[in-house]
Amino acid sequence: MATPLVVSEVFKSFTMHLRDGIKLPVVNDVSFSVASGECVVLGGPSGIGKSSILKMLYGNYAVDAGQILVSHKDRLVDIASADPRTIIDVRRHTLGYVSQFLRTVPRVAALDVVAEPLVARGIQAPEAKEKASDLLARLNLPRELWSLPPATFSGGEQQRVNIARGFITSHSILLLDEPTASLDAVNRRVVVDMIAEKKREGVALLGIFHDEEVREAVADRILDVTRFSPRKAAA
Amino acid sequence: MTDTPLLKVSGVSKFYGSRIGCKDVSFELWPGEVLAIVGESGSGKTTLLNCLSTRLMPTTGSVEYRMRDGNFRDLYHMSEAERRFLMRTDWGFVHQNPADGLRMTVSAGANVGERLMAVGDRHYGNIRATANDWLTRVEIGTDRIDDQPRAFSGGMRQRLQIARNLVTSPRLVFMDEPTGGLDVSVQARLLDLVRGLVNDLGLSAIVVTHDLAVARLLSHRMMVMKDGHVIEHGLTDRVLDDPREPYTQLLVSSILQV
Repeated sequence: MATPLVVSEVFKSFTMHLRDGIKLPVVNDVSFSVASGECVVLGGPSGIGKSSILKMLYGNYAVDAGQILVSHKDRLVDIASADPRTIIDVRRHTLGYVSQFLRTVPRVAALDVVAEPLVARGIQAPEAKEKASDLLARLNLPRELWSLPPATFSGGEQQRVNIARGFITSHSILLLDEPTASLDAVNRRVVVDMIAEKKREGVALLGIFHDEEVREAVADRILDVTRFSPRKAAA
Repeated sequence: MTDTPLLKVSGVSKFYGSRIGCKDVSFELWPGEVLAIVGESGSGKTTLLNCLSTRLMPTTGSVEYRMRDGNFRDLYHMSEAERRFLMRTDWGFVHQNPADGLRMTVSAGANVGERLMAVGDRHYGNIRATANDWLTRVEIGTDRIDDQPRAFSGGMRQRLQIARNLVTSPRLVFMDEPTGGLDVSVQARLLDLVRGLVNDLGLSAIVVTHDLAVARLLSHRMMVMKDGHVIEHGLTDRVLDDPREPYTQLLVSSILQV
């Protein structure tokens, strides 16, 4: 089986046209890979480019140079050069992402927000909702919130909806951007268990965790992003 | 993923005398895909939409559409009658102002039923039942079926226009600022409705909007227009999170945070 995720020689900078075109380098020469069943944690101080790396892998940020190879439906797709339609298909079937904040849609109930990725893959609504209920129950989200849109939820409640949405599918690669940031100890442990299960299922995980306890519990390997920082190279 | 696009647009330009309406636009639209065309007023987005939907003859270029039999036809080599039939059955067009897309002096039920009759439905009971069903789907009470849209609020009129367009199960829907002029709570309801219908029915859609939040919510892919040219084109998330062109950066940085 091919390595699920291989990143090679990726460069990224932002050109701020509204600020006289100044160029902000973000990361240089990023190369690493994540194996099946492995959890790699991106390390380093804030602002070093950890979230930017996740966003490039998910296709939210364009890259200046390099390749991001994802093993998708028995072929390799280069996210750095793929067309939008291919990226959407990769996101639907292969590449999952739990962002730091939930982007809420007005009027859509928490349960439906969680079930949506399964419905998008063609699974019948009742079955998808049942799975969504299991996850929300496991993450201790009060049942009376399930039928409400998450816009008015607390930070931790929204985060749990977001985690459930990211974990409900059987994507072979999962990107996690501080999924435990606003959770209490009990729910942090639930998430740690859920990550361990994903690893046993052979999912390749790449994440950012500032909480040391969680990082210790889930990481197989810590990748220090400082070495890709252009600022370090200049010093 | 199907492997044939629904619409193939190549080199479409429209000039108004020496002024540019839109210039050299090419793209393909795939089944189930929602494309947003954004840009400020006068950037050519509505001109482009009208050229694509045969409401306006482009100066140069071709627009090919995959018919239900699987063959591509160039829209501008079809007869007027064929184009009209396509617009009434396989396509929908949602206008910014519902009064442009509805008959204001006939009942809500008749507005929906008219499109059904255009595709050959003649049974009054069936037509009324289908109209009722669609009014419910767009959240208009069935007790309003005999009222004229004149008696409806702006948001209801817009939802009725959507029902009228979708009742014939079109494969492609054009929308011109579908939420323009509605207040935000009504907008949210309409967006949620459109999003749900597009997902359930597997529609393809081309949505013109100047509202980037609407584009983010509805579309997979986005084209940014300025002075008649497409200046940036890509995955909606990518264009909004990492805009490359100076004008796109200006647009994105001008969004007000609530």
